[in-house]
Amino acid sequence: MVALSQERLVSSAAAPARRSPPPSFDRLFRLASLASALLVLIVLLGIIGSMIYGGLPAFREFGFGFITSSVWNVNEDQYGAWVAIVGTLTTALIALVIGVPLSLGIAIFLTQLCPPWLKRPVATTIELLAAVPSIIYGMWGLFVFAPLFANYVQIPVSNIVEGMPIIGTILYARTPSGVGILTAGIILAIMIIPFIASIARDILDQIPSVLRESAYGIGCTTWEVVRNVLLPQAGVSIIGAIMLGLGRALGETMAVTFVVGNANRLSGSLFDPGSTIASRIANEFNEAIGLQLNALMALGCILFLVTFTVLVLARLLVSRVKVG
Amino acid sequence: MKIVSYAIAAGLAVASFTTTASAADITGAGATFPFPIYAKWAEAYNKETSNRLNYQSIGSSGGIRQIRAKTVDFGATDAPLKGEELQKDGFVQFPAVMGGVVAVYNVQGVSAGQLKLTGEVLADIFNGKISKWNDAKIAQANQGVTLPNASITPVYRSDGSGTTSVFTTYLSQVSETWKSGPGVGASVQWPVGQGGKGNEGVAALVKQVPNSIGYVEYAYAKQNSIPFAQLQNKNGKFVSPEAKTFQAAAANADWKSAPGYGISLTNQAGDEAWPITAPTFILVPKNPEKPEQVAEALKFFDWSFKNGDKMAVELDYVPLPAQLKDQVRATWKSEIKNASGQPVFTQ
Repeated sequence: MVALSQERLVSSAAAPARRSPPPSFDRLFRLASLASALLVLIVLLGIIGSMIYGGLPAFREFGFGFITSSVWNVNEDQYGAWVAIVGTLTTALIALVIGVPLSLGIAIFLTQLCPPWLKRPVATTIELLAAVPSIIYGMWGLFVFAPLFANYVQIPVSNIVEGMPIIGTILYARTPSGVGILTAGIILAIMIIPFIASIARDILDQIPSVLRESAYGIGCTTWEVVRNVLLPQAGVSIIGAIMLGLGRALGETMAVTFVVGNANRLSGSLFDPGSTIASRIANEFNEAIGLQLNALMALGCILFLVTFTVLVLARLLVSRVKVG
Repeated sequence: MKIVSYAIAAGLAVASFTTTASAADITGAGATFPFPIYAKWAEAYNKETSNRLNYQSIGSSGGIRQIRAKTVDFGATDAPLKGEELQKDGFVQFPAVMGGVVAVYNVQGVSAGQLKLTGEVLADIFNGKISKWNDAKIAQANQGVTLPNASITPVYRSDGSGTTSVFTTYLSQVSETWKSGPGVGASVQWPVGQGGKGNEGVAALVKQVPNSIGYVEYAYAKQNSIPFAQLQNKNGKFVSPEAKTFQAAAANADWKSAPGYGISLTNQAGDEAWPITAPTFILVPKNPEKPEQVAEALKFFDWSFKNGDKMAVELDYVPLPAQLKDQVRATWKSEIKNASGQPVFTQ
């Protein structure tokens, strides 16, 4: 406190020596920062506008059928987004099912249970995971993870479940190649864990320690504190964090393109190849002409819409908590 | 002191810019398949003439788009434009180099180069009609080879690609059901199998998935020593992909039969002809707005035709036959003219 006030004294003493900028500078500065802010808005609107403009011919040609049709035939210029939409949602859902419990486990461990010396290394590792470029995940997924997954998961599991009702379809690999919808979901889970985990950790850290200490004080176990005090407190914010992870999973392109198997077919099995909206665009954009290009733009619009909805929901949830 | 050194650095930078500006910068864009050889030619050409080529391998349709928009000096495409399109856009099209597509496989108990396939069988495999390796139709061509009783996993290119376009052109020529089914295109609706992105994606899947079969560019398969199959050609002979069989396919071709040399070399007659051979094409405007730039581009290809054959062979491409090169040069002279009607480039 003493040091701080001394510092203040020094700086206020130094202040008059500086020439204060003319008032017009202030206005200019305000205008410049306003322009920077507006630029983002204009770019966003421009992107949305050009996507809709580009996708319009496809929407006009196929109408609502563009969403419900599962045909994607470049030669006959017939396009439908259904397979890609289902693939996008399925892979994102798998990513959440795997990623969310792990992320919460990480966050709870780091904030409640971790010995101080371990805290920093683990937290840094998690954050580094977020810095790995997605193409690396894709290559690792295809060249390292997929063969292991084929040999140690797909083949044994397929052998066990073959012939069983329902599960014999969902977890049966006709061709155990290691790539497919489930592989894509697992890779996505690894990719979204750092996002959800670090946000959840911040949220848990912000809970006043009085709450926690009083709970321990009346004799709660760690599990009871986490389950009945921390999670209810942080609940909605954590859902916001999950939504952010979901947003990333929905839009991830390169990594998924490598491991999803890229087939325009719907299949009952999670081991079978499929495709997502983003992977379809990445695959075909280079060589697309005419209506195909419009259809890809329209796919982009749909993805935009889905991701945007998810992010808005996340924002609403988070802001509700802050107000409350 | 600091300012002085900055000034010197800036001066040097300006100087280096002006020296390179005096040499020509050629820009091109398009097909990814010939990119390695264009880059190699460009490097050698740069050493000799200090002219530079800036080639962006963005894909064939990207190349066509760019040359239509006149943002590049030449476009490059694997699938040739048709006569009426060339007419409409005012382009001259000529082949630059050739390559082959091969069927790569990973079948337990079948060693490299041992597998023999007919075109029809290949089409049926990618159509899903033949689904086991020990199918009678495959066994017929492979007497003495033990084929496993295992499901076939076909692997295809998931990204739109000239390679797919060449491969499906061939399948359509040898199989009526393919022609009326998936058809020809840079990306088609595959009834079965898995998609890998790029040559490397297909190769990785074929290597990893037992009992799979895919298709990649010959150069890629050879450089990565992935086993490839022998194919039966139009004359009924089984041939292996190699420089000799690619050249045989080109030798029998009637290049003048399509406008802009836009023929397909797939399924050519000839005892030694490899059935999936394909040229890759260059597009330049007939009446260029910047004739000196197009002249530089043609100069580059002329130089490459003269000096580039060995480099092409080293990278497992197939150089054009000498006679064809002369035909192409004659086309340049007679068709690419500047505003006053003079040919933009003569040797």
